[in-house]
Amino acid sequence: MAEPMGFFTDTTVCIGCKACEVACKQWNQLPAAKGGLNSLSGDSYDNTRRLDGLHWRHVKFVEQFTPDRSEGRWLLMSDVCKHCVQAGCLEVCPTGAIFRTEFDTVVIQSDVCNGCRDCIGACPFGVIGINPASGTAQKCTLCYDRMQAGLVPACAKACPTESIQFGTIAELKKRAAARVQRLQGQGEKRAYLYGADDKMLGGLNAFFLLVDRPEIYGLPPDPKMPSRNLTSSSLWATLGAIGIGVLGLISFRHRGDRDA
Amino acid sequence: MPSTLFTEAPHWGWLIVFYFFLGGIAGGAYFLAALMDLFGRPTDRPLARLGYLIAFPLVIVCGLLLIVDLSRPERFWHMLIQVNTFRPMFKAYSPMSFGSWGVLLFGAFSFLSFLGAFGEGDASRWPALRVFRGPGILGVVITVLGGLFAVFLAGYTGVLLSVTNRPIWADTTLLGLTFLISGASTAAALLILLGWRRRTTLTGLRALERFDSWLLVFELVALIALVFSLGEIARLWLGLWGALLLFGVVGLGIVLPLLVHWRPRAFGTASAPIAAVLVLVGGFLLRVVIVLSSEGA
Repeated sequence: MAEPMGFFTDTTVCIGCKACEVACKQWNQLPAAKGGLNSLSGDSYDNTRRLDGLHWRHVKFVEQFTPDRSEGRWLLMSDVCKHCVQAGCLEVCPTGAIFRTEFDTVVIQSDVCNGCRDCIGACPFGVIGINPASGTAQKCTLCYDRMQAGLVPACAKACPTESIQFGTIAELKKRAAARVQRLQGQGEKRAYLYGADDKMLGGLNAFFLLVDRPEIYGLPPDPKMPSRNLTSSSLWATLGAIGIGVLGLISFRHRGDRDA
Repeated sequence: MPSTLFTEAPHWGWLIVFYFFLGGIAGGAYFLAALMDLFGRPTDRPLARLGYLIAFPLVIVCGLLLIVDLSRPERFWHMLIQVNTFRPMFKAYSPMSFGSWGVLLFGAFSFLSFLGAFGEGDASRWPALRVFRGPGILGVVITVLGGLFAVFLAGYTGVLLSVTNRPIWADTTLLGLTFLISGASTAAALLILLGWRRRTTLTGLRALERFDSWLLVFELVALIALVFSLGEIARLWLGLWGALLLFGVVGLGIVLPLLVHWRPRAFGTASAPIAAVLVLVGGFLLRVVIVLSSEGA
């Protein structure tokens, strides 16, 4: 197996140019939504709105301004599939369409997926959506085809500020830790890494440097695996089944001629 | 803020609502029929037969609903067969994978029991089919195995919802239990409704009514526990969904049928079918609230 690969997205240097979105769409031949008749969202400069089957990169624009707009800041973040080490989508997929690659990334095989959409509800980050062109669930593949050819994923290649960095997870973690240290040394005490350690879903192979709470960026503070509920849910249902069985037995049991 | 609020809806809409409702009835009806066949009185046999006769057609409808709901319906078999190797596709830890096999196997057993029940008809030209229904050993084996898959079908759908990351569904572990109780209750209601005119099944019907009353009480307790288990996410039900749950599911579907069962004379001779219809309406509304309130969140 090749070394685990991934993205380190440093949100502090993102300028919101959306080159990553365009490069992703171009390389992966993702069509425009609604045949190009996209309307304005009214939410800052964000007209992509969300990650889904047609948008595998999404630049988020968070405006934090005082009411008179005399003070404030922009938070910009290019969001993407996190390629979780413990991936909820992969876990629930009933067709085997979702698999883990030799690069430790998570990819959906479009020719296997039958569009049951279980993975969409299972993803803790709301990353996956149905691509209307294929009728299958799709998301970022971390440019699996480019990686197999030794190329950098399209978004990281196009990013003009190196906000999106691609590399081995080990190298990216070193770079990210140094960057946090540097920012904190410069007075940006709020800088921290989201998903870099293995506490979050075993580690996110696409992790982020943030300067505010995850919720502000639209990221879950405590993402979990869908299977956390499997055992207790099944146990409650089994107990219920036994209870109903006993109740039925009492209700229908053969009572001879007593009440015939 | 709960992490489940940061996820996307899988767009499981009305087809899935109907599947959950009809699957609960199909599984419940077979399970009740199996209990009556294995432990009941000979006079209950026509009522149990009714259970088998409705379970199989319903599970066929369920299968069709599931296939039509796929974004690529022609690939439904990918749930059961691996595309690349043509080996069986099965993941024990994926409720949808488990459920696909459950629906298929329940379909097979309910088909055999359907044949057995069909062969027992008064004017049946195929008396040989009776071998698929007890008291013979083959019939008993089919009934026991079919009964296990039936109870699975009635309950796994709730577990499936909990094994996601969606608000409400993944914020409780009591959906499987609630759906199971509701499935058995709605199945009992449908059997009461269909068997109402048959005098020969009167004692069986009374037993079913008592059984359903207890189930309604358990369902109410499970629903209260479910709401408490949701914690702060229960606020999503403040509004239309909460009103539908309170007045539709609890008021119309649980409390009113219990009152009818408690004071049947107040509702005349039609008390049993009135209560049964109310239970069916409540069971359907339960699926509507659970599925669609999370879809819209």
